[in-house]
Amino acid sequence: MTDLSANSAPQTAPGRHIPDRLQGPGARLLASWELLLLLVAVAIFIANSLASPYFLNAWNLSDATFNFTEKAMIAFAMALLIIAGEIDLSVASIIALASTAMGAAAVAGFGMPALVLIGLVTGVLCGAFNGVLVTRLGLPSIVVTIGTMSLFRGISFIVLGDGAYRGYPADFSYFGQGYVVWVISFEFVLFALLAVAYHVLLHRSNFGRAVFAIGNNATAAQFSGIRVERVKFILFLLTGLMSGVAAICLTSRLGSTRPSIAAGMELEVVTMVVLGGVSILGGSGSIPGVVIAAFVMGLVTFGLGLLNVPGIVMSIFIGLMLIGVIALPRLWQMWRG
Amino acid sequence: MTRFLKSREAMLTGAILALLALIASRFPGFIAPGNLARVFTDTSPLLILALGQTVVILTRCIDLSVAANLALSGMVCAMLNAAWPGLPVPVILAVAVTLGAIMGMANGILVWKLQIPPIVVTLGTMTIYRGIIFLISDGAWVNAHEMSAAFTGFPRASLLGLPVLAWMGILATAGVALMIARTPLGRAFYAVGGNPHAAVYTGLSVGRTQFWAFTLSGALAGLTGYLWVARYAVAYVDIAAGFELEVVAACVIGGISIAGGAGTILGTLLGALFLGIVKNALPVVDVSPFWQMAISGSAIIVAVTLNTRSARTKGRIILRSAEHRAPEGAAA
Repeated sequence: MTDLSANSAPQTAPGRHIPDRLQGPGARLLASWELLLLLVAVAIFIANSLASPYFLNAWNLSDATFNFTEKAMIAFAMALLIIAGEIDLSVASIIALASTAMGAAAVAGFGMPALVLIGLVTGVLCGAFNGVLVTRLGLPSIVVTIGTMSLFRGISFIVLGDGAYRGYPADFSYFGQGYVVWVISFEFVLFALLAVAYHVLLHRSNFGRAVFAIGNNATAAQFSGIRVERVKFILFLLTGLMSGVAAICLTSRLGSTRPSIAAGMELEVVTMVVLGGVSILGGSGSIPGVVIAAFVMGLVTFGLGLLNVPGIVMSIFIGLMLIGVIALPRLWQMWRG
Repeated sequence: MTRFLKSREAMLTGAILALLALIASRFPGFIAPGNLARVFTDTSPLLILALGQTVVILTRCIDLSVAANLALSGMVCAMLNAAWPGLPVPVILAVAVTLGAIMGMANGILVWKLQIPPIVVTLGTMTIYRGIIFLISDGAWVNAHEMSAAFTGFPRASLLGLPVLAWMGILATAGVALMIARTPLGRAFYAVGGNPHAAVYTGLSVGRTQFWAFTLSGALAGLTGYLWVARYAVAYVDIAAGFELEVVAACVIGGISIAGGAGTILGTLLGALFLGIVKNALPVVDVSPFWQMAISGSAIIVAVTLNTRSARTKGRIILRSAEHRAPEGAAA
């Protein structure tokens, strides 16, 4: 991953500036990526409520959260993986495979708990497959996951062809369509809980420190006693598990499975992670950033949708945001000297 | 000669011959010269794109925007043809190549001047280029009856027994092979990918070399855009969706190292042919075409496993740690 994405141009790399006084927490927050993103989110929120009279409606806003909750669940795990210097492009295909497995089980007459278990296990197995190839065989994760991306979705195509699975049990629909209280959906609650869990895992645990250490310098991390390969393997497992969770939510929400389910979602997940301030080169990033990025993407998609902008045009905005958020600070730096 | 026999290209040639023999044992018609020519023609678009991708990967980058570039160039060509049916094909070709090159340059500039990781840049431009197709076409299709006979006839026109599309594939292969073997820029692609630091000390600009790699990849994608649209006689937003991964797959199967600096054009040619033969053989041996995706996925994994294994046995393990360090130093 590092080999590929590192845009090596040593002639322009300046020496690292070491300040003689560290910033206090207040100053750090003011200069942070998260605050900038938050301002963008607020600006989009205000612009949306001015542009469309239908925006400020509790049910509409609740609907809007479905635009990002499933992607964000995967983005949390993906953030850790990218911080550790790896990437998983097969997540959307894991969703397809997990959804296909659940569909086949539903047709065979399994009930809701079994379906959930099958979705999760399929996700974990796919993650383990990626993890073994990357950590045991030492293959570059970008190539491995481009391969498994074809393989996993390919299996769905072999099983389903141009058909579809329908007829999920009634109680299965709760995950994607149920509400916990009033307009707060089950998916949104799950998203919030996972955000807290991943925040603790990345920013408050030994495991999280190990992830940062590996992303900054895997060799040094190895020598300081971190089991690099094992941590990476666990991260692939987590990403697979989250894809399984997302597969359950998405399948339950749509009520059907086609092999093309969630096509292209891996790119949106990576966009969300990068937009959230995670360095694609590894070593830095935060969960709050990813959470805010999820809201930004959800608000943009929803706001443009209310203005009748077609989905494909929204993707232009997403693409521009992805490049813009990295390019603008650099242009700003160049302009200032 | 012995070196060739031990090489990855020889292994791949063996795999392709074995595959052909296997198919021929049940369906001898598949390896008739006429049919093999058809398979090659059908593989040419993949091959042309893979050549551009090879150069990009050699410089330690990746171009995920090639399929979107192809679709946008193709749509512009189709709309030009629909608006001015009299426009001669050479003009259309020039427009396609120029437009594709400009889109490649946009990628290259972002990678070179703003130092944005190539995977991020091309993920972004991939969705942007696709979106632009919708904006200019309003989501409408350009259908066969709106295209002139000369426009759709060009890739199928027969020249010395082969269609022009196949000749384009041959020409592009020969051109890129010559360029990377015989020109300073071509050698620079290897130098920059093999060791960026050493390349800088020998006076090469890493960013500028990567910029030209993206430009070449874009130009070839633009060319393929016209050929694709003319061949299938239809242009719409989603043509060649997801094709960029098949292109990367052809390169990886052909032994182009994703870490940069290693790989040959012969390898790319064989990688593309392998995928093309599989794709064309599936309907013949009566396997559902839905199998193709899983097969190419497995082929990528097997190929990259074999490539990494063979690279390791030559005592490169010590060098690997240096390779890991180099880009990190540059990124700091």
